[in-house]
Amino acid sequence: MTSSAIDLARYAELQDTAGADFVLELVDTFLQEAPGMLAELRAARAAADADRFRRAAHSLKSNSHTFGALALGALARDLELTGMNADAAQDAARLDVLEAEYARAAAALMALRHG
Amino acid sequence: MAERGARLLVVDDNKVNRLLLARTLELQGHGVALAENGRVALEMLRREPFDLLLLDIEMPEVNGLQVLEEMKADRQLRDIPVIVTSVVEGLDSIVRCIELGAEDYLHKPVNPVLLKARINASLEKKRLRDQQKELVRRFATREVAQDLDASGFALGGHRVQATAMFSDIRGFTAMAEQLPPEETIELLNTYYTLMFDAICGQGGVVNQMAGDGLMAIFGAPLPLADPCGCAVKAALDMIEMIELYNREPERAGKPAIAIGIGIASGDLIAGYTGTQQRATYTCVGDAVNVAARLEAQTKVVGHAVLVDGATRSGLAQRCRFEPLGALSLKGKGQAVEVFAVQLGQKVV
Repeated sequence: MTSSAIDLARYAELQDTAGADFVLELVDTFLQEAPGMLAELRAARAAADADRFRRAAHSLKSNSHTFGALALGALARDLELTGMNADAAQDAARLDVLEAEYARAAAALMALRHG
Repeated sequence: MAERGARLLVVDDNKVNRLLLARTLELQGHGVALAENGRVALEMLRREPFDLLLLDIEMPEVNGLQVLEEMKADRQLRDIPVIVTSVVEGLDSIVRCIELGAEDYLHKPVNPVLLKARINASLEKKRLRDQQKELVRRFATREVAQDLDASGFALGGHRVQATAMFSDIRGFTAMAEQLPPEETIELLNTYYTLMFDAICGQGGVVNQMAGDGLMAIFGAPLPLADPCGCAVKAALDMIEMIELYNREPERAGKPAIAIGIGIASGDLIAGYTGTQQRATYTCVGDAVNVAARLEAQTKVVGHAVLVDGATRSGLAQRCRFEPLGALSLKGKGQAVEVFAVQLGQKVV
């Protein structure tokens, strides 16, 4: 599970360049910030604010790539590029998938953090 | 080393990105400040000096493109190099950033090796630019430096009504052969100091120096109400200063210096000519050629200051001239009416 949610090579590369201790702090920051981004996506969708929606997806994509959360990054990128769907129910489903993938990535990052 | 200890500003609304970029830069030996959006960044830029800006595009309040626009419009900020760091998709926004003056573009997550190379290149470019500005300040006149600063170094010209002046030291080459090299340079330095004083004092701009000769423009880059009058007054001041210099005690026993000055007025094209790498502010046009020929003619006719008809008309009754008739000048098809300025008079 861990290996598919987080690209370990990318994660190791991050540790190499920024220092392992710093990456721990950075993971904590991400785990604090990400729920806000997910909530922002839901809120933007509810407000039908396409620009806000795109921006929140963009932020999440950017951070996902940083930690090697490639699947999460791909989902966020898809949301950013296609933007809000006309069908709210369809977007809700996409956000469900995104949140599930975030849960996987977060668990994997926690595991790496304590591993 | 230029790349060590630079002060950088990281602008990103995303906390993870901001912290990571700051960490990477600190590990590379730079001082880093952080801003979470464009508004905060602009405030910080206006408050304290930074060597370089790392700028995200997508941000709330004031975004990266708006920051670039504001910086471009602000003379104090527009020379700070900006590297855009973004994951914005599509070539359009990259192109837009470069058009707005961004130095470079890095895709996020930023590769540290690439980041280091780009930052060092940008800082080096900034250092060269600062050096170039300093050189312009030192070697160009204040007016040209200001004009350059305001126009942002655009080659190309505009048409102006102006007066051109050429001046050189009579028999300088023969004189230089007699003098030790240090004395020749010292003489030239004194000469230039005096001539600059006289010319700048009347609103003129020295734009070329070669050996003992110089070219000055009155009426460009900044317009003058009375370019003809200013040029003639400057010429009289120059002659007077040289006479005073000749009478200085340390010049006793040394050959007296004499100068010749040619002045002509008319429609000129003024602007920067050259290449983006090396350009000079200059004026071209018929009056420039005539002024150069008149300066050469001073040796022949035995008058120190010669002017063309347009310059004389510009002074109307304010100055006494001696008409020398129509002289044929080298390179001019038609003979030119030449007037000698009577020395020692006060022109108002």
